[in-house]
Amino acid sequence: MIQDYSILIGGAAGQGSRKAGLIIAKLFSNFGYRIFIYDDYQSLIRGGHNFSHIRASAKKILSHRRKIDFLLALDKNTLEKHRNDLDKKGIVVDLPIKTITKKAGGMPIMENTALIAGFAKMMGIDWETLEKVLKKEFKKLQSLNLKVAKAAFEKTSNLFKLKKLNQKVLPLVTGNQALALGAVKAGLDFYFAYPMTPATGILHYLAAHQEDFNLGVAQLENEIGLVNAAIGAAYSGARAMVGTSGGGFALMVEALSLAAQSETPLVVVESQRPGPATGVPTYTAQGDLLFALTAGHGDIVRFVIAPGDAEEAFFWSGKILNLAWQYQTPSILLIDKEISESTFSFNETVLAEVQYEKPLIWDKNGQYQRYQDTKNGISPLAFPGQKGIITKATGYEHDEFGLTVEEEKKVKKMQDKRLRKFKEMEKAVEELPAVKVYGNKNAKKAIVAWGSTKGPAKEAAEKLGIKMIQPVILQPFPEKQFKKALKGVEKLVLVETNALGQLGKILAGFGFQVNTKILKYNGRPFLPEEIEEGLKHG
Amino acid sequence: MVNPKITWCPGCGNFGILTALKQAVAFLVKKGVLKEEFVVVAGIGCHAKIVDYLNLNSFYSLHGRPIATAEGVKLANPNLKVIVCAGDGDAYNEGISHLIHAAKRNIDITVLVHNNRSFALTTGQFTATSPFGFKGKSSPEGSVEEAFNPLKLMLAAKATFIARGYSAKPNHLRNLIIKGIQHQGFSFIDVLEPCLAFFNTLQTYNEKVYQVEERDLTSEKEALRKIEEWEYGKNDAKIPIGVFYKIQKPVYEKQLLGNLIPAKRKKEVDLKKALEELK
Repeated sequence: MIQDYSILIGGAAGQGSRKAGLIIAKLFSNFGYRIFIYDDYQSLIRGGHNFSHIRASAKKILSHRRKIDFLLALDKNTLEKHRNDLDKKGIVVDLPIKTITKKAGGMPIMENTALIAGFAKMMGIDWETLEKVLKKEFKKLQSLNLKVAKAAFEKTSNLFKLKKLNQKVLPLVTGNQALALGAVKAGLDFYFAYPMTPATGILHYLAAHQEDFNLGVAQLENEIGLVNAAIGAAYSGARAMVGTSGGGFALMVEALSLAAQSETPLVVVESQRPGPATGVPTYTAQGDLLFALTAGHGDIVRFVIAPGDAEEAFFWSGKILNLAWQYQTPSILLIDKEISESTFSFNETVLAEVQYEKPLIWDKNGQYQRYQDTKNGISPLAFPGQKGIITKATGYEHDEFGLTVEEEKKVKKMQDKRLRKFKEMEKAVEELPAVKVYGNKNAKKAIVAWGSTKGPAKEAAEKLGIKMIQPVILQPFPEKQFKKALKGVEKLVLVETNALGQLGKILAGFGFQVNTKILKYNGRPFLPEEIEEGLKHG
Repeated sequence: MVNPKITWCPGCGNFGILTALKQAVAFLVKKGVLKEEFVVVAGIGCHAKIVDYLNLNSFYSLHGRPIATAEGVKLANPNLKVIVCAGDGDAYNEGISHLIHAAKRNIDITVLVHNNRSFALTTGQFTATSPFGFKGKSSPEGSVEEAFNPLKLMLAAKATFIARGYSAKPNHLRNLIIKGIQHQGFSFIDVLEPCLAFFNTLQTYNEKVYQVEERDLTSEKEALRKIEEWEYGKNDAKIPIGVFYKIQKPVYEKQLLGNLIPAKRKKEVDLKKALEELK
């Protein structure tokens, strides 16, 4: 068997299949494997069908595959639903977990522990590693869980000898956790949110680590309230970020425009799920791209950045927070459920690439003017509470001091100042790694994909020996870098998880035509195989 | 620096509020508060032009949202003295959820509602505190909605300081604003003001308004009795002004943040421990 395992564990909501999936992933991770977990769950609390698809490979991976090698079922439904996905040599891990758990004196919820322990034994994972991981994961009822695990471990026979890889053990991080960490590294002072799947994990993670990270976290009454609070916080000098999904972002749009006009730094994390309206709340899509690029009334240029995995989420979350402050602008980190809630092996070397970058702060010469008309359109920042400084922010058109103006010359003058700033933002984008290229860089055929579709598209491209182009920054669009990436390409295939081919429309606006489109819009992410098949047909 | 040209109508109630607010701030500055620690956050409407007439830190926010903006200003730096100037359209129509939740969480800000009981900058439509039968451009036959009593709402929402002022009594209003700012917690002051152009209540208010005796301020029952003396749609009763209710409760930002001042925290955080947890 090659060192690339796919394991599916499923059960009804409430049976703990997600937690079990994470523990299995940690066992492989402790053996040096690189991990990707796709979590599939429905919008309900009890019943239904949830599963985690864990892929463990010797190489870095960013998506799950179709076929599974091991099927672990906490209920009958899981067996029925996924039996057909088993590889020819695939194995159903069917252990008497009910009996084992009962005999060991455990509770029904601990059947997942029994299943994990039996599977670990089957794979040749030693008890010490299993015990270490379980101790870390079960803080409550730890000894009883260990007792159940021990019983299952002893009852099961060993079938394989899982190879221990000579690779560093990496942390397993969801996209939500990664972007939270990236923002913290870049000096996040305050996170505001209202619960909304799939962004809720950011709120939970930061709330749980409020003291470690020494920052403010608040859940306010609604998205309109909290985004305006974030703008107020930034005015006071705190680096604020908000997180939501498409529906919540729709409520924030007027405030986005306020941030643009008042030149207040604001970072919005928009984690997409299938719309319109409530759509399919716990699944994934890339259908809010055009919305994110155009949201807000008036002439606005904002940064829109779409990272494609956890390491990119970390890097770009930190970067966008710095950019928002350097250019005093609303900015959108555009991800989706597939990035937010999937779990990735996270290479810590990316930590060094993000730090707090100081914005332009007023040098205390002369009288402070919030909207000082500078050459590059960026006015120095100052915050309330400092002696000798009056700072007036406003959503009205204004003069340099921040007082309301309506005269034609003054109105134009301030818009011209912002236009010069937009030019600076365009220049900044071309200085950043805004477009990435993978696979065979000399190939005539190329995939263009963004965000979470990077993972499966990259894998498919590498397998087929073609090129894969990933625009990471989507506004201001890195035209020069994209043109360079297209060099030598004769056929361009667009791959996105939305129904209208939204990136294709953006590219067309810059004169880049795609030849074919592979679109998926059933709430599920692409599998590498699906892209491979699509490319063979197209 | 302020905008030298005030564009309110002659006789507008906002002049009285501007005077009272300036005097209240001047009083507190004399008492030792740094002038630069005041931040005035306004919504959108005639009232909101006040930020252009005050040489104070300010944020000219969106219609309906000044309370939300102000909460962020305060949370980022709890040392600031944050005053919201909102219109009745802002506070009771467009942004009523923020008013209720700010009161509920007892964040230490002061909300002044410039309540002319009409949308004036949009040339006269009914708001939540306009009387039944209000004739405006959107209700030529008279509004068919009854007014509500915002003070009653604030009592139900657990505001810890509830008062009413009158723009034509700026000295009294000045004292109310001082008390409101000095109150530790959410302070709410509904300020009645006539709109000479679209809802001229000057004569009625001058006849009916009286200063209520400020006693038993911690009694909800007593507060409710005073609050119910006059309902906003009616012209039959005397209109009490003054502090109706004042209790002491822990403030939101202190409970949420402890001693942290987010705007001034140290930026460097070691992520090693957090990543170790995830292995």
